[in-house]
Amino acid sequence: MSATARAPKPINRQTFTEGLWKENPVFVMLLGLCPALAVSNTAVNALAMGVASTFVLLGSSLLISLLRDFIPKQVRIASYIIIIATFVTSVDYLIHALSLELYNELGAFIQLIVVNCAILGRAEAYASKHPVGHAVVNGIGMGGGFTLALVLVGAVREILGFGTLFGVTLFGEQFQPWSVFILPPGGFFVLSLWLVLFAYVRRRRDRKEAPHGA
Amino acid sequence: MAHDSLTFIFLDAFLINNLVLALFLGLCPFMGVSNKLKTAVPMGAAVMFVMLVASTCAYGINQILVRYEIEYLRLIAYIAVIASAVQLVEMTVKKFSPTLFRMLGIFLPLITTNCAILGMALFQTFDGYSFPQSLSYSLGSGAGFSLALILMAGMREKLDLADVPGICTGAAAAFMLAGLLSLAFMGFAGLGS
Repeated sequence: MSATARAPKPINRQTFTEGLWKENPVFVMLLGLCPALAVSNTAVNALAMGVASTFVLLGSSLLISLLRDFIPKQVRIASYIIIIATFVTSVDYLIHALSLELYNELGAFIQLIVVNCAILGRAEAYASKHPVGHAVVNGIGMGGGFTLALVLVGAVREILGFGTLFGVTLFGEQFQPWSVFILPPGGFFVLSLWLVLFAYVRRRRDRKEAPHGA
Repeated sequence: MAHDSLTFIFLDAFLINNLVLALFLGLCPFMGVSNKLKTAVPMGAAVMFVMLVASTCAYGINQILVRYEIEYLRLIAYIAVIASAVQLVEMTVKKFSPTLFRMLGIFLPLITTNCAILGMALFQTFDGYSFPQSLSYSLGSGAGFSLALILMAGMREKLDLADVPGICTGAAAAFMLAGLLSLAFMGFAGLGS
């Protein structure tokens, strides 16, 4: 295994921050879109989903990284999925025990974390090739980036659709909720707008770095 | 129309609560394969087939799990079934149409992580559907997924010719389109009441 024989690069800040912004799973890599849209109708739901996914990501990265020399290459995807499913099942029961209200709100989407491609993608692309420390730090970064994206989408939808943020009323009595934003189409619209914003920022940065370019 | 009739369950999954446009399931393949009609149609068919197999197996497995009170294994069992069904489809497609196999590329094995399929299997369990109801639900879901995929592919082929501002091209424009499509599908919401 060349990955382990080679001396690993030390954990640096980039190991962590790459998931937050530059390789943000939702906005840049377009992974894990289903939960990002389905449960982001309020910021609280989005945050809960983000934290649950981060936990699964962290746990599975840790375990996969530990087992990376023992899992045969042919059955790796199946093994990853079973490891992820184990963590998801525990999160599912945990949320059920902690907050029934939240559990009913998120519904089947907690169990659907299993098929979140952001998590499987991390397992395949990072955790299976890096030592435990790297995998954990990177997992936290990616999970943070995922949570950030979810909360950004959820916050916009909640502000426009309910006139509140984290349940706190922002506007006066006369506010007319723009209810399309808490309905399914709103999820697509808000995500699309964030993507445009990200593309705009990226383009400006590229221009600054290469002023003579196209 | 009675809410547990087979026709209603089919229509509910097909139009009213369309998996992709109302429940946001299966977005990755929806965005990834909807560039061209030529790939959208076989992809839809493959997903429909996997859904039918997965739904049938999931129903059987759930009976066993409930019988022995080991429901906590449900997720793992379902995923294993779906992965095997996908493997089956992959082998069939590879054998009968290598061209199609290359065209679908990475998205074929990725049907395993298509949340629409696992979602459908979980929903049918939560709603306590009987066997015929499960079949009707899976057919409706598969048809709904294909419908969304094909509509989207048709629109994106037109979008290629449209003059879109530079920063909005690609995913952003596709999501805006999906939003409009989803808005249109909201019109079916009154069908159930």
